[in-house]
Amino acid sequence: MARMKFLCDAERCIECNGCVTACKNEHEVPWGVNRRRVVTINDGVPGERSMSVACMHCSDAPCIAVCPTNVIYQTEEGVVLHDKDGCIGCGYCFYACPFGAPQFPNGPAAFGARGKMDKCTFCAGGPEENGSQAEFDKYGRNRLAEGKLPLCAEMCSTKALLAGDATELSDIFRDRVLRRGKGVEAWGWMTAYGKDKEEAK
Amino acid sequence: MTTRIPYVIAAALAAAFLAGCSEQPQVGKFEQGKYAGKADTRPWEGGTFKGDKGAWEQAQRNRVRAQNEYKRVE
Repeated sequence: MARMKFLCDAERCIECNGCVTACKNEHEVPWGVNRRRVVTINDGVPGERSMSVACMHCSDAPCIAVCPTNVIYQTEEGVVLHDKDGCIGCGYCFYACPFGAPQFPNGPAAFGARGKMDKCTFCAGGPEENGSQAEFDKYGRNRLAEGKLPLCAEMCSTKALLAGDATELSDIFRDRVLRRGKGVEAWGWMTAYGKDKEEAK
Repeated sequence: MTTRIPYVIAAALAAAFLAGCSEQPQVGKFEQGKYAGKADTRPWEGGTFKGDKGAWEQAQRNRVRAQNEYKRVE
């Protein structure tokens, strides 16, 4: 069975925020909630790196361990989802998550006023009938049930963000790294995409 | 009769005060470590794949492999 994961290639991410926009639009995510965001380190300095971050769908997810109402679960495909009907908005998952993935529609507020937790679903909806209006309203579109991948990855212009079965992603990334080689440039086109075949000869 | 009224009131007040000492469960009942939410349907159990897990896996595999642009352009 597939083990769904995201992989972001920091050599390729150009901080275009296309993934963020695609996610917000596809799921009609409310104001104040960003299921995905782009983090840049050393912004503006040569050698800067950007990384698109959302829920990483951890194999041993700490949010599941800390949820006091036990409404966060992992599907057979390794996607971490939650039942909004049972969420009390306590924020424990937010504190436990090393990626800051859980979001609350009412932002930083007192317990009881934050609203129900919202996070990346790997475009797999939630515990409602696949493709139903109730599922869309609570969790967003269920692209996985349509045989598609998360839109953030499919939308990525440089293919920095990959999504899917971990084994397949590893194969893609390994292939990419082998072609890329180790150039003299610290960053840039050659590092990201490798040399042209003719040029490499 | 009138002499009993204060006793009745005192008894009623005592019962009311003592009721505050009782403890009712304040949290929902759930089993620690077990998912307590609604059951979810699997991605292939729906309109598109109609329970055909193999077809869903193949569709996913094709999509994932299509992300490798080296394979797409060569």
